[in-house]
This record gives sequence, structure tokens and C-alpha cells, in this order.
Amino acid sequence: MEKRNMLGENLAAMLKGGVIMDVVNAEQAKIAEAAGACAVMALERVPSDIRRDGGVARMSDPKLIKEIQAAVTIPVMAKIRIGHTAEAGILEALQVDFIDESEVLTPADPFDHVDKTQFKVPFVCGATDLGEALRRISEGAAMIRTKGEAGTGNVVEAVRHLKLIRREIAALQEFSSSHIAAFAAKERVLPEIVETVKRLGRLPVVTFVAGGVATPADAALLMMLGAEGVFVGSGIFKSADPAKTARAIVLATTHFQDAALVAEVSEGLGAPMPGLEIDRIEIAMQKRGW
Amino acid sequence: MSFRSPTTDNRSPCIGILALQGNVAEHRKALEDLHMTVREVRTPKDIEGVFALVIPGGESTVMMKLMQESGLDEAIVRRVPEGLPVLATCAGAIILSDTHLKLMDISVDRNAYGSQVDSFEAVLSVEGKDMKVTFIRAPKITRTGYGVEVLARHDGNPVIVRQNSVIATTCHPEMRGETLLHAMLLENLNT
Repeated sequence: MEKRNMLGENLAAMLKGGVIMDVVNAEQAKIAEAAGACAVMALERVPSDIRRDGGVARMSDPKLIKEIQAAVTIPVMAKIRIGHTAEAGILEALQVDFIDESEVLTPADPFDHVDKTQFKVPFVCGATDLGEALRRISEGAAMIRTKGEAGTGNVVEAVRHLKLIRREIAALQEFSSSHIAAFAAKERVLPEIVETVKRLGRLPVVTFVAGGVATPADAALLMMLGAEGVFVGSGIFKSADPAKTARAIVLATTHFQDAALVAEVSEGLGAPMPGLEIDRIEIAMQKRGW
Repeated sequence: MSFRSPTTDNRSPCIGILALQGNVAEHRKALEDLHMTVREVRTPKDIEGVFALVIPGGESTVMMKLMQESGLDEAIVRRVPEGLPVLATCAGAIILSDTHLKLMDISVDRNAYGSQVDSFEAVLSVEGKDMKVTFIRAPKITRTGYGVEVLARHDGNPVIVRQNSVIATTCHPEMRGETLLHAMLLENLNT
């Protein structure tokens, strides 16, 4: 926490209440922007295709990222492999607005995540629990998202990670300073950041959800549980009608307290992306990173 | 100031914050620091009875789309000429400009400084006071019409402007806990 990317944290604040959509090309980016996405995430293949086709998943081709940047006015994010500092350098050179150091791609470094304090471009990172979120923030992440289980169309893991983080923060309120020191040591973070979370009653950076969001109701559920915004990956461009599904998820995220409206936008969307049971999947992307 | 006591009564005087998308929480804190009661505005019904409106930062394309979906854009356009005081930051300034709601006679160029790596901090001088702000993928005001007063400049460019009871800025004082512009908005309640 000693070297925070305050400008990056400020950009994350501007994204709150919004939907960030995975796109693989400029055409999809335009559809996402027109539907009300607050940012787009450039990646080589959406998670469900990575899951289906296998192989090493890497950062997008810079040419595609440039085309996406030219196509939209909203912020452009892009994914790098965990620990791939050179891919991060490329994305900073391309002047993307945010880098997602993502478990959806194949990890590049078995020991370390990227030292994010060395970059001006802010980073968002995935987390499954409080300790993991705090390790990423300590490395300089300006925004956290749940990992969920990407490419499954199954929201259960995103709910699990969001609830776990919130429950652990609630439990922290009862911790004595020696208890905090023990928790910090176990999670390999400084006690100061744990003290900060206790004082704030929340993570010190904006916290979105990701991983398995497929329907407007999924987005509304996660907002009800306290998410500050939503990432949608395969859920949009693997649905029967991407533009309509995208608009519906945007409306459901903003108006999550209005069940009648969420009902209205959910009507007649056609088939959502096909879903997967978590215990039947071959690769648990959420276990990548530590 | 006549609206000092916070209350939960929905009919009590309150300040609206457009809460479709963006940094609503930081503006809420600024207004609550000034002892105001806040209401989040998402639909045309929510804006009924608010005494002033804050349009936060965020993505102007998203906010415009969501306003158009519910007709909230028209509701705001009706209220402002009747004297509804407005404070708009960053995306909010784009929404008030001649490109969208035309509630202020200004032209605005989006993302005029570049991408996020070009975002920056600055200290502005506003009515003789220093104010810490951040410019986040900020727009630039490229034209100010008759009756638009420039309250602050940065590198010669107007960055805080006022026209009647409407204040717009291309930067974010609320991200540094500054409440001067919010206090100026509330001064308009008495005029």
C-alpha cells in the first residue's frame, strides 16, 4: 500500500455501477459500447472458447488492441498472463487504460505476479478471498474483481468469492491487534493493510465481480450482494443475441433493486451461453495465481 | 443555509445524485460532509422534489443511454430552466454540453488529454482558494458561450465553469475530498 496508483484507483471509481465486457475485436467493442458497457476488455479468445479449445491463452495481438482503441471512446482494458511483465510493458506502450493480470490466460510465472508498482497503467486482479485480494493490492493493484469461474456461465463461484471476501472483512471487525498480526503473517501481507481494511470495513480499492455471469439476473444478484460493478466475459458474445443481452445486463446492473425492470429486460433474450457444472470442469481457472 | 438537518423522510429537502453509473459514493460523501440529505436518482420519478442535482464522473455514453431508456434526460432538461441547481463533474460536463442535453452553452472534447497514462493531479485556484483535483481521462472545454463564467483554468484551458445555477468541471475535486464546488452548488439554493 506504500505505493498506490491513486490515478488508477480514481479511474476504477469512474467505472463503478457499470458493466465491463470481454471483446475479441473492434466490431464486438462497438456493440458493447452501444449497449452501454462502461469499458471493454480485449482478449484473444473469450473464456468459454479457451476452455473448449485448450492450448496456451495469451495477450491479444497488439493490432487487435489498436483497432479496438480506435473503435470506441470508453476505456479499453486488456488481459495479460499472470506474472508476464513483458506483456504488461507492451500494453503500457499501447496506452491501454487498465491491465487485467488474469487467471483466464495461461500463467507465465510460477512464482510471482507482476510488480504493478512499476507501471503507470493501473491493474485489476482477480481474488477468491480476502488474503489474495490484499496480496494483489500490496503488489499495486488499483482494482479487484472476484475470480469466479470464467467461461462456465455458472455464477456460483463469483457469489462464493464475493461473499467470502465480505464475510472475512466483517469478521475482521472483532480482531485484536495480535489477531491482525497473525492474519497478516498467514496471508503474507503487512499488518497495516489489514488494519486499513478493518477501519474502512471494505477493501481499499473498487471491487467488481467476474467469472460466470450469464444473465441480467446474475448481474442483479451480484449487485445485491454488494458488488460495485460487473465483468461479463463469454456471457455476452456467446449468447443468442449479444446486443440485446448486453443492454439487458447493463440495465439490470443499474436498476438491480427494481425486480420488475429486471424481469422486463430478461424477457425474450433467447438462449444464454451454455453453462457448466463446476465439479465437471477440467481446468479450474480460479486456482491459477495465489 | 436552510437545509441542515439530515433526515430519512423522503419528502424532506434533499440533493439528488444521478446514480446510473460512475463515482456516486464520493459525491455522496462530499454532500454528507456538508450535512445534506442525499437521494440517488435513477428514474424520472426520483428527481421529483430534489432541490439540486449532482451529475458524477463515469462514462457519458453509459449515462446518456440509461437516461434515454427511462426518459430521465427529458425530466432533467425540464427542471434546469426552472432553476434546479446542477453540479456536473467530468462525464457530467459532457452531458450538460451542446453535444447532449444543451443545458450549458459549452462545447466539450472527450478524452482530450489522451488515455489513462495521461491522467494527472493538479492544484487549481478557485475564488482565491487552492483545490486539489484529479483529471481522469478528462475532457476539455473547447468553447464557452455568452454568460458562461470561467471559475478556474489549467494551462490556460477553462476547467471549472458556471452558467446561472449550473456548475461544470472537467476534473474531480471529490476524489480528493474537496467540497468547495458542492458548497457553491448549495449556495444556489438560496438565490
